[in-house]
Amino acid sequence: MSKVYLSYNNIVSSFGFDSEIAVQNIRNEVSGIRLINDHQLLPEPFYASMVDYEKLQNEFEALYPKGNYTRLEKMMLVSLQKVIKASQINLTDRVGLIISTTKGNIDVLEDNSPFPKKRAYLSEMGSVIKVFLGFKTEPIVLSNACVSGVLAVAVAKRFIEQGRFDHVFVVSGDLLTKFVLSGFNSFQALSKEPCRPFCKTRSGINIGEVAASILVTINENYLTEEAVTVLGEASCNDANHISGPSRTGEGLFRSVRSALIQARLKADQINYISAHGTATSFNDEMEAIAFNRLGMTKIPINSLKGYLGHSLGASGLLETIVGMHSLHQNTLFASKGFQELGVSKPINVIEKTTKKQLDIFLKTASGFGGCNTAIVLKKTKQKIKKPGTVPNY
Amino acid sequence: MNGTEIYENKNVAFSTFIKSAYKNFEIDYPKFFKMDRLSKLAFLAADVLLNHQRTFPEKEENIAIVLSNRASSLDTDRKHQTSIQNQENYFPSPAVFVYTLPNICIGEISIRHKLYSENSFFIFDDFNPSHLLDYSNNLLHSDKAKKVLCGWVEFDNNQYEAFLYLVAKEGATIHSIKEINRLYKTHGRFKTRIKREDH
Repeated sequence: MSKVYLSYNNIVSSFGFDSEIAVQNIRNEVSGIRLINDHQLLPEPFYASMVDYEKLQNEFEALYPKGNYTRLEKMMLVSLQKVIKASQINLTDRVGLIISTTKGNIDVLEDNSPFPKKRAYLSEMGSVIKVFLGFKTEPIVLSNACVSGVLAVAVAKRFIEQGRFDHVFVVSGDLLTKFVLSGFNSFQALSKEPCRPFCKTRSGINIGEVAASILVTINENYLTEEAVTVLGEASCNDANHISGPSRTGEGLFRSVRSALIQARLKADQINYISAHGTATSFNDEMEAIAFNRLGMTKIPINSLKGYLGHSLGASGLLETIVGMHSLHQNTLFASKGFQELGVSKPINVIEKTTKKQLDIFLKTASGFGGCNTAIVLKKTKQKIKKPGTVPNY
Repeated sequence: MNGTEIYENKNVAFSTFIKSAYKNFEIDYPKFFKMDRLSKLAFLAADVLLNHQRTFPEKEENIAIVLSNRASSLDTDRKHQTSIQNQENYFPSPAVFVYTLPNICIGEISIRHKLYSENSFFIFDDFNPSHLLDYSNNLLHSDKAKKVLCGWVEFDNNQYEAFLYLVAKEGATIHSIKEINRLYKTHGRFKTRIKREDH
């Protein structure tokens, strides 16, 4: 079977409007999370990562939009447009579009929203993005809780392998909203301080907002220098509880095992794990148990939630992209907020950003509904053309 | 079920309909009453279909679940939004919030039938047989699953429908867009429909 690659990518976050600025901040161990005091969002102050609205508006206006677009649509359009432009791919009927989001335009349900309530339907948002960017194929919208972003990459790979598309553009985004904050707050899952994944003193999550985009392709003429090959992917359910992770890490264990089988790799061939690590007590404990069952206790592991918070469905794609850059730079990024191991099984949390030769990494995500996804990615050994140039045949 | 009507309760509210159907099929599962409306609908349809297939939780089966709809979890999203709309009347509930995700109904089915399998929830403007066909074929051919529980489960503005079918590598019905459409259109819209299809 032909190889499927992840290539051109973009991150719209509190750090700015491309992957490089996000990766640079993470490399320097700078967090985008800050204290926000906005009664419209939550009655009490909270820590979160927020995209600068004025700068987003400037970026968006450079695309000469006509009509009205929601905040999330602007973030997704800015992000995806940059990836399409850099790749120079013509949007033919062989080019797919996958939009992955947990809550989409959920903020239009608010009483004071200027948008019609029907904009909350995810297919409406799909259609807006398709028309604005000129896709010929119908958008595929995936909404599978917090694994959406990683699962979207797996879905894109499956459709390419099946011959339906040559290239798939994936965009994943979720917003910081009253809807989401109030919900996690009712679960008492929000941390009162910047989050500390896998740490003894962790006390819950910070929400972040992000839009991330990537090109998934079968064509090796469209690879950037940080491009990776998708070696394996799998998604398994816990079949245990809808809001609490499995005590045995069953779904995550099975997802990773299955992805490794497809990749034809053993656990110890993984150089780095980009975990989900939300910094809730139960989630981080579940992951430690699953990675122990998999024999992955020594592999360097981090959670990137301490940099940009938990961006729900978008987090998996965001962290996949950061992982690609981590591989390319041969650098393990510190797991921000971590001080002392606070899970019952040993794992090797990255405490300081360090240089290390890296070749293969594992990205995992877990979410409500008992869903888990794992994906194994390897550095490309292809001849790389410079980003943004026309392929030279 | 497979073209035959197995239960009817016309002109009643959804809550009455789904409760009486639950009793009719003698489903003993107290957690059912905690579910939101979309999950109740998907759960019941899956239960009838998988029990008919003699799928037993004791014997683990690799059945993937691929569901789709138009309104995602908006029915429950609106409920959560109402609970946070006004500062004076602010009462968000975790029991409601957890159902503000469409894939929760897949979680409920997975728990009930002990399915540790592939699952994904897609959103389309309308029933999309070609997408379901491509995706379930891929899961079967790549050996990700032995069977795929596929379909459309929609709950929006008090209108609802569920259309589920089971795809396997062998069976009596050919797995094609034409056949899926035929099965889907056999009955009028906004009725609960439970079908089976093999190939």
